[in-house]
Amino acid sequence: MRFILLTLALFASLAAGLAATPARADTFEDLVAKLPDGKYKQRGEVIEAIAATGDARAVQILEFLGAGELYQMKADGVIVRVVKEGRDSIAYDIYTAEKIGEVGRRDATKIKVNNSLRRLIRDSVGALTLRAPDPALRLAAAETILKNPDPGQIEALDAAIAAETDAEVKQAFTEARAAAVLASDAAAKEKIAAIRIVAERGDAEALAVITPLASAEEASVASAAKDAIASIESARAVWDQAQNVWYGISLGSVLMLAAIGLAISFGVMGVINMAHGELVMLGAYTTFVVQEVIRNHAPGLFDWSLLIAAPLAFLVAGAVGVAIERGVCRWLYGRALETLLATWGVSLILQQTVRSLFGPTNQEVGNPSWMSGSFEVGQLAVTWNRLWIIVFALVVFGVLLAILKQTPAGLQMRAVTQNRRMADAMGVKTGWVDALTFGLGAGVGGLAGVALSQIDNVSPNLGQGYIVDSFMVVVFGGVGNLWGAFAGAFSLGVLNKFLEPYAGAVLAKILILVFIILFIQKRPRGLFALKGRAVEQ
Amino acid sequence: MKKLTLAAAGLALSLGAAQAQEGEPIKIGILHSLSGTMAISETTLKDVMLMLIERQNAAGGVLGRPLEAVVVDPASDWPLFAEKARDLIEVQGVDVVFGCWTSVSRKSVLPVFAELNSVLFYPVQYEGEESQRNVFYTGAAPNQQAIPAVDYLIEQGIERWVLAGTDYVYPRTTNKILEAYLLGKGFPAEDIMINYTPFGHSDWQTIVSDIKAFGSEGKPTAVVSTINGDANVPFYKELANQGILAEDIPVVAFSVGEEELAGLDTEPLVGHLAAWNYFMSVDTDINAEFIEDWHAFIGSPDRVTNDPMEAHFIGFQMWVAAVEAAGTTDPDMVIDSIIGVSVPNLSGGYSTMMPNHHITKPVLVGEIQADGQFETVWETPGLVVGDAWSDFLPESAVLISDWRKPMECGNFNVELGKCGGTTN
Repeated sequence: MRFILLTLALFASLAAGLAATPARADTFEDLVAKLPDGKYKQRGEVIEAIAATGDARAVQILEFLGAGELYQMKADGVIVRVVKEGRDSIAYDIYTAEKIGEVGRRDATKIKVNNSLRRLIRDSVGALTLRAPDPALRLAAAETILKNPDPGQIEALDAAIAAETDAEVKQAFTEARAAAVLASDAAAKEKIAAIRIVAERGDAEALAVITPLASAEEASVASAAKDAIASIESARAVWDQAQNVWYGISLGSVLMLAAIGLAISFGVMGVINMAHGELVMLGAYTTFVVQEVIRNHAPGLFDWSLLIAAPLAFLVAGAVGVAIERGVCRWLYGRALETLLATWGVSLILQQTVRSLFGPTNQEVGNPSWMSGSFEVGQLAVTWNRLWIIVFALVVFGVLLAILKQTPAGLQMRAVTQNRRMADAMGVKTGWVDALTFGLGAGVGGLAGVALSQIDNVSPNLGQGYIVDSFMVVVFGGVGNLWGAFAGAFSLGVLNKFLEPYAGAVLAKILILVFIILFIQKRPRGLFALKGRAVEQ
Repeated sequence: MKKLTLAAAGLALSLGAAQAQEGEPIKIGILHSLSGTMAISETTLKDVMLMLIERQNAAGGVLGRPLEAVVVDPASDWPLFAEKARDLIEVQGVDVVFGCWTSVSRKSVLPVFAELNSVLFYPVQYEGEESQRNVFYTGAAPNQQAIPAVDYLIEQGIERWVLAGTDYVYPRTTNKILEAYLLGKGFPAEDIMINYTPFGHSDWQTIVSDIKAFGSEGKPTAVVSTINGDANVPFYKELANQGILAEDIPVVAFSVGEEELAGLDTEPLVGHLAAWNYFMSVDTDINAEFIEDWHAFIGSPDRVTNDPMEAHFIGFQMWVAAVEAAGTTDPDMVIDSIIGVSVPNLSGGYSTMMPNHHITKPVLVGEIQADGQFETVWETPGLVVGDAWSDFLPESAVLISDWRKPMECGNFNVELGKCGGTTN
């Protein structure tokens, strides 16, 4: 069948011809008043005209526009800046920043911008902020020009380089200028010099600037570009490996957090707790509730929300864990299959309870400011949230290790693990040790939930995605051994990330499973097997 | 006196009519998962159906009979969908079913609806390549979502494409169509990168950095995402954290609506795109009224509306109109009378049921805003007819679907001149 476009309702080209192209004589205010007119294309022309005036107010107005804060009042056509403050929308004068008052949803029309306009605004603002007093702004401006070089800015950049005092900014300007030269029709010699300057950066942006020149007409430029590309790429290949390791460690830390609680309950008690994923989910929902309370009552504490949520999540998940142990598992010791089915049932009950309480949709858990964004180490982009999760995982691991090795409770747990009947005979209350161990494992699951709420979506299904991976880690690492879970999680994480670029995410996961199956054939007790008489029971 | 007789006669007549129908309610089956992985999306559709039925009852029901919803929970379990569908039709005796979300759940109920001859309204955008006598597709076919969205990006000057999807039938088919379409538009194969991930994928670091590398080779790049459901949130979070802005590499998604964004801080995502046939932000009176009703029904002013909800809104009205026209809820009569039925949609126009059991819709491309809503930046100049068989796949380009008499065929092969698809 042919693709038919029914022209039942022709909306197009309604206001198209209405907006006049801005004339030279327009004042800054006139130009701003023209912003609401016409479609995106006309708006783009007005933005360029505003930037061309060089007016000191241009940057501010364009930034408001880019943020989607400029509105036109329906009543009198005045352009205002509207900012959301809580549930109210407050209008401000765009020039004096004076408060005008509250506006209703239907009183004002937004002056819309799309991606290409946002890009245009960013480039215009970049050009206008080359001489800004704040070095960070100047650096950002240089980066913008580098990403979108414009030969017309070479002169402005020359002037900026001459006036620049900050070495870092000066370097950025020089690179931006080189990029602009490469985009111009400068002489081959000048271009080759520029290629060298840009190639020094050695990153993806440099590659983006140089790649088109590999097919340049002048043979000398093309070969210089090809050399530069080859050297950047060979350097990047090394960084790619570093990146794989980093991503692997990051994935490993998530796996370890999810699995280590399981390693405790599974290892110590031999209980296959299918509800462990749901305990993780409860931890994530605790984080959500804590953030909601903070949002509504003490917004200033938001950056602390995760630190507040962590102990609470431990307690909530731990309490549920103890309840599961006392209520279900205790009656089924030594019957692995029944325990598995019963805890699976518990997992469904927990999921549906959360679904009934909070609704089936995702809940928004925000990143505190110290967990947003990324920084660069060489060519490696390190995101803050991943870094903190690795730190958190290591801390949790260290604390657990200390509890098991240094405290009387830990001693009792290990005693019960190694020989339950002997421990019983020595006066250890094995029943209570079981409940405490299970609670500890569950609580650690809750802690994992706090971390996972930062990278995954908080929904009733959160836990399901991790339960299989967690069991994989525990089985691979060796039952009943924290170091096993540690080594298992990180080696599986790194292995996964090295396979992924070659095999794709789907196949990588399958290969890992096959690998574990083969490994278990060879070493049925995993990486770190428990030794002792009790093992043979 | 004469007046009185007339009135009495009228009363007798209406009584007679009521007796013929026995005043019994018309049962409407709702087949959406209320538990399991798909509950996140489908529960809302169950609620919107209950609201529509309540509205219709307040307006006097259909054919003078009240409507009664029969809700079942297929629990995101595909074979259970077939069982529950059979239960609805055979045991509960429903006259029509609104339901299913995933393609695999739809595929699992198709034989049931064909065998028991009932009617299903399917409200979700899907991969096309299907047209069944008993099913009405009120969601978008690929040419009502994917193709116009790609056209928009081409217009914006995009030259490189990442087709990223979850590994199952809808993304695979859609990406096959899109790849053929892009190659046909003259984009070289090395400028198209295709990537699949497992369901519920949560570790996006490698893929996002691959996209970043692919997109920084000097050509404007866009990501066309058919990533499904829950996997979207970690994907967008990783995009934001690795600093990929929409101005540099826009992501256009076909499965991300207002509901999915509800679990996200959208501030860093401003400008990423979605293509749908409806956005909650559409500024029409009928939409404002719908949202108001929805908020009142669900008891929360924070709940959002989305495209599949509009699809049910349209489908439900079409079914009501068809039943009123046929004067009965008999499936055969309804299937005949619904073709050509035209009802208002929420974006200010009318949608019509076409002979291939797909509907006409406008296509909107929207950019994500900081408040979690979409802002329409582009729309098709007119309505687009849903195309059951894609023109861009050689094996389906020769197929058409027309359920009117005398053809009555969902996969008529115009080359061979007979019904029955591409084979023989």
